[in-house]
Amino acid sequence: MAGTAVFQRLTWLPATVADVVTETPRARTLLLAVPGWPGHRAGQHVDVRLTAPDGYQASRAYSLASAPGEGPALTVVRVEDGEVSPYLVDVASPGDRLEVRGPVGGYFVWEPAPPYRPVLLVGGGSGVVPLRAMLRHRARLGDTTPMRLLYSVRDPASVIYRDELVRQADLVTFHYTRTAPPDAPHAPGRIDRATLERTSRPAAEEPIAYVCGPTGFVEHVAALLLDLGYPAPAIRTERFG
Amino acid sequence: MGVVSRGFSGKHFHRPGPELAGRVPPGQYLASGFPVLTAGATQHVSTGQWSFTIRGGTTEARWTWDDLLALPAEEITTDIHCVTRWTKLDTHWTGVPLDTLLAAAGEVPEFALQISHGGYATNLPVSELTGGKAWLVYRYEGEPIAAEHGGPVRMLVPAHYLWKSAKWIRELWLSAEDRPGFWEQSGYHHFGDPWREQRYFND
Repeated sequence: MAGTAVFQRLTWLPATVADVVTETPRARTLLLAVPGWPGHRAGQHVDVRLTAPDGYQASRAYSLASAPGEGPALTVVRVEDGEVSPYLVDVASPGDRLEVRGPVGGYFVWEPAPPYRPVLLVGGGSGVVPLRAMLRHRARLGDTTPMRLLYSVRDPASVIYRDELVRQADLVTFHYTRTAPPDAPHAPGRIDRATLERTSRPAAEEPIAYVCGPTGFVEHVAALLLDLGYPAPAIRTERFG
Repeated sequence: MGVVSRGFSGKHFHRPGPELAGRVPPGQYLASGFPVLTAGATQHVSTGQWSFTIRGGTTEARWTWDDLLALPAEEITTDIHCVTRWTKLDTHWTGVPLDTLLAAAGEVPEFALQISHGGYATNLPVSELTGGKAWLVYRYEGEPIAAEHGGPVRMLVPAHYLWKSAKWIRELWLSAEDRPGFWEQSGYHHFGDPWREQRYFND
């Protein structure tokens, strides 16, 4: 059948934490060494499995933060009453071992390909992670597909990838929901239609949007994009929570 | 045992006590609330726009919203399991069994593809939709089903991961060949049995 991909076999692979980057007080990026890692596309995710000494296992899915061609990296934000994320954010250290299975997903992915439609990335909180992989992929390729990231984040202290995103100020717009810095061009609040319209290329250029974040955020942004003239198939979403 | 993660003890997070252990499949935890998972924008389909068509049997059959409500309905209490690892126990739905609807389609081939408003699709053998295992549902917990959960009418096939229960159901395409749906084309399992943890195509 047309459109059916050929899939790599998915098995659990042993992974070792190679390095850890503190992003915010609640978020860390783990760089993983995974022998036999088959490579991934920007926007894909992996399943992570932890095993306790008594054999108890817990698995969760995390977006890959790194670009294709880089080793697998996860950026994890601590969920306060969670089980896996507190371990990954507070405990795991270089040399520690876990298992990964993937990469997974062929829908919420981006790579430059004809007809090179302009791309609007809209991330809420840790929803920025797979979008960062897309921005990074574009930069590493030197690709010129028009791309903008609108990053909705609660306050300046919660910004993940701050230095990297600030260096690409022409591509990235921060939108603060609770506390904005004094020089922010807007009062804190939800993303509104006008903000999306300013950030997006006009509908006539047939932009495509990738929206990732908590369910309420994604519902809100997707509805505004439909209202701006994005056809439903041009809005790809990934939700959590 | 495989790779042990140093310093991980696990909270046995939202795993049920022994009295419910037989109801939560491996790798699942109990959800609080009713999470939403959709690959694109929520579709807003009015009851006036909604209809359901079965193609591919010896008779093509179609129902409007009023037609569906006129059919004998069942009250369903069931557990639902999402591939993203949450399980919700004792959910209550109202709807019409697929047995009733498929009976109007004449002789039918072996496979079914559910098609939604908005272009979503998912496949299962017809034998998984008959024998009191699948319904077109239009009420959840006594209320109309919210758009983000697939209302006004969605499919409910609770023996499979929930992506096998299409939201905003529009058509059922029957054929002799098993045609992959949306997630199945992206590497998810064709059958999706939570008790066998059939998440990805080679599970």
